[in-house]
Amino acid sequence: MSTDSQQNDHHSPVLEFKSSTFSVPVLVLVSNDAITIEQQLQGKIHLAPEFFKNSPLVFDLQELNKHDLDIDVTELINIIRKLGLLPIGIRGGAAQQNQQALELGIPVHSGHSTAVSSGTQKQQTPEPEAATPEPQVVAETATLITHPVRSGQRIYASGDLIILAQVSAGAEIMAEGNIHVYGSLRGRALAGVQGNTEARIFCSDLQAELISIAGNYKISEDLNGAVLNQPVQIYLQNHTLVIKDI
Amino acid sequence: MARIIVVTSGKGGVGKTTTSAAIAMGLAKKGHKTAVIDFDVGLRNLDLIMGCERRVVYDFVNVINGEASLNQALIRDKNCNLLYILPASQTRDKDALSQEGVGKILDELKKEFKYIVCDSPAGIEKGAHLAMYFADDAFIVTNPEVSSVRDSDRMLGILSSKSRRAEQNEEPIREYLLLSRYSPDRVKLGEMLSVDDVQEILSLHLLGVIPESKSVLNASNSGTPVILDEKSDAGQAYADIVARYLGEDRPHRFIDEKKGLFGKLFGGK
Repeated sequence: MSTDSQQNDHHSPVLEFKSSTFSVPVLVLVSNDAITIEQQLQGKIHLAPEFFKNSPLVFDLQELNKHDLDIDVTELINIIRKLGLLPIGIRGGAAQQNQQALELGIPVHSGHSTAVSSGTQKQQTPEPEAATPEPQVVAETATLITHPVRSGQRIYASGDLIILAQVSAGAEIMAEGNIHVYGSLRGRALAGVQGNTEARIFCSDLQAELISIAGNYKISEDLNGAVLNQPVQIYLQNHTLVIKDI
Repeated sequence: MARIIVVTSGKGGVGKTTTSAAIAMGLAKKGHKTAVIDFDVGLRNLDLIMGCERRVVYDFVNVINGEASLNQALIRDKNCNLLYILPASQTRDKDALSQEGVGKILDELKKEFKYIVCDSPAGIEKGAHLAMYFADDAFIVTNPEVSSVRDSDRMLGILSSKSRRAEQNEEPIREYLLLSRYSPDRVKLGEMLSVDDVQEILSLHLLGVIPESKSVLNASNSGTPVILDEKSDAGQAYADIVARYLGEDRPHRFIDEKKGLFGKLFGGK
């Protein structure tokens, strides 16, 4: 094999470059307090450990730099790595922060926030809201399931959950966001499990054992005949589940 | 390339061993060298159904423990010389099986056999888990009643998440539905789920329907796989199933009530 490939070196390329777009969580920081960042990030990860395990992550320093809050990039990267995430990029960093990141092998993403990188002093005092540290993970993507969810299986999605097949009786699907089931929903469906009262459940054939939005639930027995076996959407209104035809 | 077929169901008493014996015999009769393994350690039955219980010297657990070679333990079937049976141990329990040991035996069998049929025990515990873990194809045996259907659904979930193919992100196990002990008369009376009902719940490719039949009991009692009883409806149903599995296109029979020619030719149940 080796001789063959050596001979063919010039004719058959063994590699090519392609361009792909990936959806990656971005950690937007609004405080430079390393301890709080670590605590709150840990808390977020705890909500969906499987989702965050070895997840790639881009951290965004634009908000910090807007308010002239400096952060030790090396320390930040260490925190992120310690919590089991894999930092793959810095965004919105100042020149010296970018340099620090590069030295640790973290690429610099230009993106929308390069304007702040030159160290311009826009404001002397940070806005009051910036003082409340609240690291956020944004850009949650929807989880797509194309195969039937069988009895005994559980699926947890940290964003929306879209299922293109049936959900069997005895199966449990949970999402922090909305749930869409393009098939029969016979198992349990829990949307907004982290308390999002705006979450909804959509399904093309309602036969569920249990439906719940942000902790408000109905069991199969509570469902009246008019909505059973129908395509419906389920949402929360004044703490009551409303089931409506689509 | 050898293929490992698991015959499984979750629920007990639905016809797994009958099915394993019949399809293993059917595949061998079609000219494929086939081995059938009894994974029901402690409650061995396959050797009875295959009529080789008096020829068992060494068993599956002996081979795993290295107390016998595979060739010593394999029993050649008396009706078909392309079919071999690896019996279970009656004196041990399922903890005697290990994933590593089962994997090694299957690897060895794959070198010699075209098809390896694994007769799973009931339940979803260790024995059933090991029977399906290495499978390429799964025959899900289901009776037309709700508890059997739900157990099958559970088993399908396990196949798609806990099998070797699932764990290694390979192409998933191919799943086939076998609806056994089917009685069109009782479906008509509303006493039994219909084929359509079961397919709607499981959304699975139907490989065949095996009618409730006296011939199954007779075959078990006499120790000859029912597929050899070519005159019986169940025997024909299994022959169809084997043919369909091997890629033949055969229309489904035994779904509707027996009428006309078939009814007259093959008599009542």
